[in-house]
Amino acid sequence: MVADGWEVAGRRFTSRLIVGTGKYRSFEQNAAAVEASGAEIVTVAVRRVNISDPNQPLLTDFIDPKRYTYLPNTAGCFTAEEAIRTLRLAREAGGWDLVKLEVLGEARTLYPDMRETLRATETLAREGFLPMVYCVDDPIAAKQLEEAGAVAIMPLGAPIGSGLGIQNRVTIRLIVEGAGVPVLVDAGVGTASDASVAMELGCDGVLMNTAIAEAKDPVMMARAMKLAVESGRLAYLAGRMGQRRYADPSSPLAGMI
Amino acid sequence: MIQDGTLSIRVNGEHRRVRTGMTIAELALELGLEPTKVAVERNLEIVPRSTLSDVAIEDGDDFEIVTFVGGG
Repeated sequence: MVADGWEVAGRRFTSRLIVGTGKYRSFEQNAAAVEASGAEIVTVAVRRVNISDPNQPLLTDFIDPKRYTYLPNTAGCFTAEEAIRTLRLAREAGGWDLVKLEVLGEARTLYPDMRETLRATETLAREGFLPMVYCVDDPIAAKQLEEAGAVAIMPLGAPIGSGLGIQNRVTIRLIVEGAGVPVLVDAGVGTASDASVAMELGCDGVLMNTAIAEAKDPVMMARAMKLAVESGRLAYLAGRMGQRRYADPSSPLAGMI
Repeated sequence: MIQDGTLSIRVNGEHRRVRTGMTIAELALELGLEPTKVAVERNLEIVPRSTLSDVAIEDGDDFEIVTFVGGG
């Protein structure tokens, strides 16, 4: 089989699974889960340093930014300005311009505010950032983001941290069919089959955090997700059989005794 | 401004006094931070890491110093 991989903003990756680094019980567990997931990209948040206790361990001590591509996010930002400010700091802290933009509309659903998201995407692209953008599962919004300079479209499958799985396969598929940049389902995956569904719909990848971090055994779930993404991708490439409403026997009808 | 050779600044929302003439790199070290692992914003403007040891702190400066933490 030809080596499968994908490309975002000219960077090539083999793993189609991007994992978050939040909600883990310890840095050690987090690092072990990332390893088991096979992910090459990890999302990270940007926060104030702890001045009262500067000797606390850092994420970078456990998950090496030289080995993994850090994808800084704008989690917790509710306006374009907050998100842009956060990513300017992230670029300075990390020295790279591939970022995850998310501008949230309300705390209860963490649903994206698309007006602010679009505005932030335009500004970031103008400033030389390469924004991968968390968005609603709306094919028109996805096109607008792409026109504004998004290097990847990342529609939610369900609300962040909900684990409900992909709620609208039709819109995810419409986004995939219309996009000229990679499409990754970001948010809503709860278990391995959800990740496979995303890949079977033709997505380029899946981004998840809680599904792994809140599993009883996060390291085992990370491996499950790795395999689920790979099998979903293979099933998509293989081309699934057509669906019928009634049975079609697999054994020959001729030669019956 | 208090005339005792110190400057009044804010770091991550907290008030602090530092000696006159101190640079941002010196402030980071005083706070126990590794300058290569953080990003500094001064009065809403990014201070490029390469210039942290050149920029002298001024009275009233408002700093945000951030780093990467776990997130989704």
